Amino acid sequence: MRKIKVNTIIEKVKEMCIKSNYNLGYDILNKIKEVSKTETSSIGKDILEKLLLNAKIAAEKELPICQDTGMAVFFVEIGQDTFIEGGSLTDSINEGVRQGYREGYLRKSIVKDPLIRQNTNDNTPSIIHYDIVKGDKLKICFAPKGFGSENMSKLKLLKPSDGVNGVKDFIIETVKEAGPNPCPPIVVGVGIGGTMEKACILAKKALFRDIDTYNKKQHIKDLEIELYNEINKLDIGPQGFGGNTTALGVNIEVFPTHIAGLPVAVNINCHVARHMEIVI
Amino acid sequence: MIELNIYTPLTSHKVKDLTAGDKINLTGTIYTARDAAHERLINDIKKGNNPPFNLQNSIVYYVGPCPAKPGYVIGSSGPTTSYRMDKYTPFLLDKGIKGMIGKGVRSNEVISSMKKNDAVYFGAIGGAGALISSCIKKSKVIAYEDLGTEAVRELYVEDFPLIVVIDCKGNNLYNKQDRLKLSIGG
Repeated sequence: MRKIKVNTIIEKVKEMCIKSNYNLGYDILNKIKEVSKTETSSIGKDILEKLLLNAKIAAEKELPICQDTGMAVFFVEIGQDTFIEGGSLTDSINEGVRQGYREGYLRKSIVKDPLIRQNTNDNTPSIIHYDIVKGDKLKICFAPKGFGSENMSKLKLLKPSDGVNGVKDFIIETVKEAGPNPCPPIVVGVGIGGTMEKACILAKKALFRDIDTYNKKQHIKDLEIELYNEINKLDIGPQGFGGNTTALGVNIEVFPTHIAGLPVAVNINCHVARHMEIVI
Repeated sequence: MIELNIYTPLTSHKVKDLTAGDKINLTGTIYTARDAAHERLINDIKKGNNPPFNLQNSIVYYVGPCPAKPGYVIGSSGPTTSYRMDKYTPFLLDKGIKGMIGKGVRSNEVISSMKKNDAVYFGAIGGAGALISSCIKKSKVIAYEDLGTEAVRELYVEDFPLIVVIDCKGNNLYNKQDRLKLSIGG
């Protein structure tokens, strides 16, 4: 049994909140650099160059890349041979968020009740997905999720007979309908299979993967590549003003499902697709 | 595509010179309001109270900034998605607002009201909050302070980079046919 102190967790979570909001990941930075050379629209090219400048300013001045510093979403893998010492794991993650958002001058965007809508003023609570795994390590993956793009996300429970073409149509339709709203160029997270909620969680998890990686299953990797190409033909372009850069990446995660179902969830992320992970 | 320097207040005369696709550098005083502030602003006006700023020829920026770090005027300040304000916008346009800054599509009702009232919709670059904050030289909360990031702020901006997305004739940069008509992009 390995002991992990809650203070260590609080400190690490705090650091992740601040760092991920100030520094755009290399996967996204490299991709924007690449597509700024191939973008066909002059307005689009200009926007992509400004996004690179924005990322540079944010990193140098230690400012949030985007003012929507998101709702804090975590995927946590707890090794079954670990013991959390000094308090609860959930409380310590939320305390890390509280301290990170305060000390990093990040925006507090969470309301206490979805209908009464009073700001909690500390950006908690977080959304935390737990998974118990073998071993004695604690892996914490974090993404501050902005809501301009979250609001454009969708779930559909397809029929098995809809097949892969039904899946593709739904994903393309979702991106089309989102248009300029989620701050394109976007990252498209897709979850296929499981149950209603599992598909959504898979779609979210897909956004935690770097965009320069592929699904390990060959047929899913092929689907990622095909959808990436199709989405970039939609002429939505950077900020929706037209062009051939609509998506920076398409990440798909899959899970076994029921004989009667084909759930598909599409979770859209903006170009400020922040995510980080640490292992304690 | 032309580049123009625009100064506030934004009169009908200035609005009529703007065409979808124009690049703008905006200098002057603008006001922030997003979801919660719009709701309050409209309730206040309907109750007969004076709005917190003079709506006539004004520009509203849809933004909820990050807190300012010590030594900074404001934190990151990029636009939020505009369609959530569509419900409130025709009312405010009828009351004299001439310009809106945000990102994303607007409803047909908003576009009709813009044509009727000679108003313009500007797009700021979504997700470029750090860059935009460097154009904001002054910031002051003038109403609804309890709303935190959603309070109404008076901002003084210099060379705020914008694009005319929808002009007062209804030309819409998000619309491919309009882009072709105005020979934009490509």
